[in-house]
Amino acid sequence: MSSESLSTFESSVPGPVHRTTAADADATLSEAIEEPAVGTALPYDEVSLADAVDTDPSPSALETAATGVTPAALGIADYGTVTIPSGAAGDELVSLYTPRHVAVVAASDIVPDMPTAYERLGEDFAAGMDTQILATGPSATADMGTLVQGVHGPSETHVVVLEDR
Amino acid sequence: MSSRRDTAERLRRLMATEGDAVAQNTRTVNQLSDYAIQGFDDYEDLRDAAREIKESAIEHLPELIDEVTEAVEANGGQVHVAQTAADANRIVESIMADREAEKLVKSKSMTTEEIDVNDHLEDEGYEVVETDLGEYVIQIADEAPSHLIGPAMHRTPEDIADLFNSEFDLAEDLSGDPNELTEFARERVGKHIREADVGMTGANFVVAESGTLMLVTNEGNARKTAVTPDTHVAVAGIEKLVPSLADLQPFTELIARTGTGQDITSYVSLLTPPVDSPIPDFEADEMRPADDRAFHLVLLDNGRMGMREDDDLRETLYCIRCGACSNACSNFQAVGGHGFGGETYTGGIGTGWEAGVHDLDSAGEMNDLCTGCSRCEPKCPVEIDIPWINTVVRDRINHQGEGDDFDFLVEGLTPDEEPAGLDLQKRLFGNVETLAKVGSLAPGLSNAVAGSRAGKWVLEQAFGVDPRRDLPEFADETLREWYGARGAQVSDPDRDVVLYPDVYTDYFDPDRGKAAVRVLEALGVRVHIPAVPESGRAPISQGMIDTARDQAEAVHGALVTHIDDGRDVVVIEPSDLAMFRRDYEHLLPERSAERLAENTYDVLEYAYGLLDNGADGDALDVPGDDGDAGVAYHSHCQQRTMDVDEYTESVLSDLGYSVRTSDVECCGMAGSFGYKSEYYEVSMDVGEHLHDDLGDIEERALVASGTSCQEQLDVLYEREVPHPVELIAPQ
Ligand code: SF4
Repeated sequence: MSSESLSTFESSVPGPVHRTTAADADATLSEAIEEPAVGTALPYDEVSLADAVDTDPSPSALETAATGVTPAALGIADYGTVTIPSGAAGDELVSLYTPRHVAVVAASDIVPDMPTAYERLGEDFAAGMDTQILATGPSATADMGTLVQGVHGPSETHVVVLEDR
Repeated sequence: MSSRRDTAERLRRLMATEGDAVAQNTRTVNQLSDYAIQGFDDYEDLRDAAREIKESAIEHLPELIDEVTEAVEANGGQVHVAQTAADANRIVESIMADREAEKLVKSKSMTTEEIDVNDHLEDEGYEVVETDLGEYVIQIADEAPSHLIGPAMHRTPEDIADLFNSEFDLAEDLSGDPNELTEFARERVGKHIREADVGMTGANFVVAESGTLMLVTNEGNARKTAVTPDTHVAVAGIEKLVPSLADLQPFTELIARTGTGQDITSYVSLLTPPVDSPIPDFEADEMRPADDRAFHLVLLDNGRMGMREDDDLRETLYCIRCGACSNACSNFQAVGGHGFGGETYTGGIGTGWEAGVHDLDSAGEMNDLCTGCSRCEPKCPVEIDIPWINTVVRDRINHQGEGDDFDFLVEGLTPDEEPAGLDLQKRLFGNVETLAKVGSLAPGLSNAVAGSRAGKWVLEQAFGVDPRRDLPEFADETLREWYGARGAQVSDPDRDVVLYPDVYTDYFDPDRGKAAVRVLEALGVRVHIPAVPESGRAPISQGMIDTARDQAEAVHGALVTHIDDGRDVVVIEPSDLAMFRRDYEHLLPERSAERLAENTYDVLEYAYGLLDNGADGDALDVPGDDGDAGVAYHSHCQQRTMDVDEYTESVLSDLGYSVRTSDVECCGMAGSFGYKSEYYEVSMDVGEHLHDDLGDIEERALVASGTSCQEQLDVLYEREVPHPVELIAPQ
């Protein structure tokens, strides 16, 4: 990842971006999270979710949570997109059913553009991580006349970038 | 001619009820997609790439079907290839029965509209709920979608509120606030999703090597539909297959830009089902293991293999259904998808789909609303020649037409290659050159007859020419007669050119031809105006392909020696230039078409080139002190598609004019379209939009490049509207 990609990413993400480091991740996450929160485990060294975040939510916990936190496999700078790999831990549900989604991405996973993203996706798919959602900003519709944010998915999306991961 | 009257009445009603919402929505999205494309440097390269991927995928379709079957089965799912809509419905029904399901939720999918799966399942006692909010609205209203991606775009928020209020027993009525409506629909739909036994989605793409589906959405309903119930059924046309994951990249970058005007939609799901997500059982409030998931991919043929064998319709299979061609269509902007009709698909490429998966009749309804303006084409992410598909379908419809009582009137006047039963209106407009020749033998008489009440009555009864339009008047002297008497006035020319004497310039408006001669001569060029036949634009616009081909061959014959002689061909009428540069590729052998395409120029494009290469423009008419510098310019739709409109703007600005241009796609006249009694009002509605767009131009000279545009603007502004070449011609 170049610092250029990081700053492009930051300006393209439709919603708040929190830059932080592994050491400060706890504090940053608690800023971005509104409780009750559900989540899936973060795969980054020395970064973990607070105990208050329910990582094994029941359907009703999913429905009542205010925030869902998941890792993102990639950030795509040109588009402000994160990719949510959806696996057995339930990332897809956590990132979809809650009104606020917080995606945590390692700076080293931010790629400049879509062709590079597809190269990485190709590797992931070959390795079995073969379902990923390219998510860009909140869910939205214009079917009722004007643009309304927050339809079946989150109305608010945050991205936390771990600068040293 | 009552059917013309019925059509006019139906369109009038639609414009009154749905016109405002449609106009607002389509024009907004069309504009947004213009911006999105302009801001995207890779657009053309990615279109080329996307086109290539689709061409090759359709060529290798049978292999891809085998490959995806293997991949999906290896993942633990099942693939069903359905030959017909009925087969597909039976397959879905048996999946419902096997899973002992009662309720199915659906995310938006035109392919499932094509097979009418909702009706089928409901008849069998199942509950079906649409989860896309637009689809939910039309499901409740029991309507057909009016647009590929905005199914309810013909409705205003107030309409939707009224609908919900009458349908549901609400404690408090909903207002027309979009936020409130969205909230309401989301709650209702959300509950259905949580309760559903089966989730049905379409697929924007299906990757053969891995069995991955790509779903492009904004609302998130497709994600929920796919992942919440334990059973996922995806219904996709076989044309959605692409070989590999990497092939999705260009489409990921294109589809939202052309379709919604976004850079990317909120969600692009790459799902390889059955997915690993645990299954949320909301009733028992527990997560069930993903092992319980079932996945079925239903691949629908329903005429597609036939389209694949059809040289003209094949391109339709490349369509990724982004809806851009509808949004860019001036007539669609006026009447919307319900005006275009069609059993499932409507507007733009809808004709190709209807002809391929249903029949010519259901394509025919909408076909005549395509004027061939070609503004859809630059918007198509897979470079489909949509106007050509409309032309081909029109030609096929012509060949299945019935006879008509007025046949005797046109005997001898219409030496075309078309079947006897061809609609007389089409025959009239398709043979305009012959009529012009006859009419110009006695211009005064012809003008008097065409303008008289009796003449107008015959024109309306026999040919459907709207009496509210005045036909163009024959000039006393044709351009060629004038030039024959005058001769060339350049003795030591830098170049020699052929000025193409299009029918309109020659017979009706020689002034713009004379101006073109003077401009070319002022720039040191010697002009020749030989007899060259009508380009074929007139017959092609009526779907008379054989006649157009004859014309193209004759034009080629008339021009080729001049071109061999080193003469360039200069064209005043943009719709004829578009024939030479674009449509002839369908009518002539490749080398002949290329020859003409490479050696023909728009008149101001040519002037621009001469000036740019050092020609002395001093003799041209520049704005004087009398405040005549302000110009409003409406370029012709086909000029825009060929990207030649900019030359006119440049020449005018370089000469010191201050140019305001229009932004609308088409003037609404579009050749013969605006003369037809059934479409007169649509044509005027489109024209009014141009009028609004140009705004206050009281102080400006108003010029337009196309004949039709000139005529339409004449009416809208009640003043003579010349061609821009007349503005700069030496006096
Ligand atoms: S024909 Fe092209 S522009 Fe029209 S819907 Fe299909 S892909 Fe989009």
